[in-house]
Amino acid sequence: MMSLVGPVRRAAPVASRIVAALFGGYALAALGSVAALALPMSKPQAVLTGMLASFAIYAAAVVWVFAARSALRAWAGLLAAAAPLLLAAWSVW
Amino acid sequence: MTTDNVKRERAQRPAGRGIRQSMSGLHIWAGLLMGWILYAMFLTGTVSYFKDELSQWMRPELAHQAELPDPALVAQRVADELGAIAPGSPQWSMRLPDGRTNSVYAFWRMAPGEAGAAPGRRAFGEAAFDPTTGGKVTARETLGGDFFYRFHFQFHYMPVLWGRWIAGAAAMFMLVAIVSGVITHKKIFIDFFTFRGGKGQRSWLDAHNALSVFGLPFHAMITYTGLVTLMALYMPWGERTAITTPAERQQLTAELNAFIQPGKPGGQTAPLASVADMVRQAQERWGQDAVGRVTATNSGDSTARVAVARGEAGRVSMSPQYMLFDGPTGRLLETREGVGAAAETRGVLYALHLGRFGDTVTRWLYFLVSLMGTAMVGTGLVMWTVKRRQKLSDPERPHIGFRIVERLNIASIAGLSVAMTAFLWGNRLLPAGMADRGAWEIHLFFAVWALTLAHAVLRPARTAWIEQLWAAAALLALLPVLNAVTTDRPLWHSVAEADWVFAGMDLMCLSLAALHAVLALRTARHRPKPRAVPAKARGGVIGGALEEGRS
Repeated sequence: MMSLVGPVRRAAPVASRIVAALFGGYALAALGSVAALALPMSKPQAVLTGMLASFAIYAAAVVWVFAARSALRAWAGLLAAAAPLLLAAWSVW
Repeated sequence: MTTDNVKRERAQRPAGRGIRQSMSGLHIWAGLLMGWILYAMFLTGTVSYFKDELSQWMRPELAHQAELPDPALVAQRVADELGAIAPGSPQWSMRLPDGRTNSVYAFWRMAPGEAGAAPGRRAFGEAAFDPTTGGKVTARETLGGDFFYRFHFQFHYMPVLWGRWIAGAAAMFMLVAIVSGVITHKKIFIDFFTFRGGKGQRSWLDAHNALSVFGLPFHAMITYTGLVTLMALYMPWGERTAITTPAERQQLTAELNAFIQPGKPGGQTAPLASVADMVRQAQERWGQDAVGRVTATNSGDSTARVAVARGEAGRVSMSPQYMLFDGPTGRLLETREGVGAAAETRGVLYALHLGRFGDTVTRWLYFLVSLMGTAMVGTGLVMWTVKRRQKLSDPERPHIGFRIVERLNIASIAGLSVAMTAFLWGNRLLPAGMADRGAWEIHLFFAVWALTLAHAVLRPARTAWIEQLWAAAALLALLPVLNAVTTDRPLWHSVAEADWVFAGMDLMCLSLAALHAVLALRTARHRPKPRAVPAKARGGVIGGALEEGRS
């Protein structure tokens, strides 16, 4: 089992980024689409606005994850972006 | 990356190059992992801009429509027919013919408990109707151009939801590939004007860049709007959170489409008032040829209602505009022509993707730029192998990853052309009375595609490319001949009658045949150039000097 440690340690940051991009990105976009409900417009329009914007959020999150200098910073950035969205979503939940 | 690696890399690279490197890697991976699926989506999407013409071509029994029949009368005829074949149907809907279709496509919901519909489960019937008689068309059973259209966003042989999710994932990868491609491409404007021919990988890169950059507004738009068309599926969370009552759901749905939901049937029969009159009122409001769709709920019941919706041509939005009539009396209940801002934005984006608002010139523009987008994906995939081939330690025995990409490229690019043409050949050759004929045309498509994959694996790669491109060229070139032999609508007839659907189809086949022939010839003539590699990498001063002298 010792021979797996090296390769796993090297692959871990990339794997972490892939997870952050695929799932973290989607989660951020989904969160954004719910946060949009806090916008000052009628419910149907807010729902649609959230959907429309979500893909831009997702793409931006993916770009961030791979542009960040480390996997840790990638995750930190996602969480930092999620915080205000979480606040907004919480207010309408 | 661990911090040690990061420090070492930053010491080795000049500062500020990091993001272009990382975006280049992201671009290559995002493009490669979904490239084959994206190529198929792009090509089937491209031909879908002419799906109505394709459908006409695939039903040669239906005569060329020189002039449009009166939409009001057509609507009445088909409404009567639907009343006869689907009595008690909670909802039916028909699409009126326009300049590009010569049949009426309609679908209807089966009444609960009707034969074939399990209780509680909704089942739909669908058919194409003759506008002049109202009866079902007596043309060969085929899905027509709608096969490529549906494949484009939901593929086949799988539940439609799975297909749409795969398409959505592919579209997200495409969006990321576009964004990362732009970021990595710093000299985006200079490189737009650069094409260095005959330089192997450099030429492929230039071609890829030119195709990508020139059509960039389109590619970015088509990708984002593609996601928007199915956004309710991909991002339902806001809706799930905010829309909780049926009334709220109804409010949201009304912003998105003109489908009126049937209420509970009253139980008293009442014949539908004149549908033709309803359509005429809509024509007065929007224009003679501006009526697109007629939908009825609980037709034949006292609670029946009819919605006449505006057509898609001539307005750049899919947001619903319709006139709602009371079924039994024909009285106008409501005219709906506006939706909220976000809904209208979604309507415009949806319309931009479908391109149905356009006239012929616009449609051709869409087709050509979309074809460029297809070539963008294709050149990207090929470039991957061209680039990697230089780096192979033993070109005779490439590693498994390279081999997989190389063979999938052949079947996904050249093979798809062969398969799509085979689909059209099947349309002309399969017997008219054959059971499930429409399904078998599709089986043929996939069988031929699978054969091209087998061929791509069994033959040497370069030979496989050339043979498949020639096969596509031959099948395309002979399709007009096959058409002339198996139908009474050969090219010279179509031109003489100004039937530009059939004539255009034949001419398009010949043009595409020429394109594939050119590609086959260029591939046959192409000899991969060895890249000038530094001597020490090539393992010898003499070897290195020889290499450097050659290119």
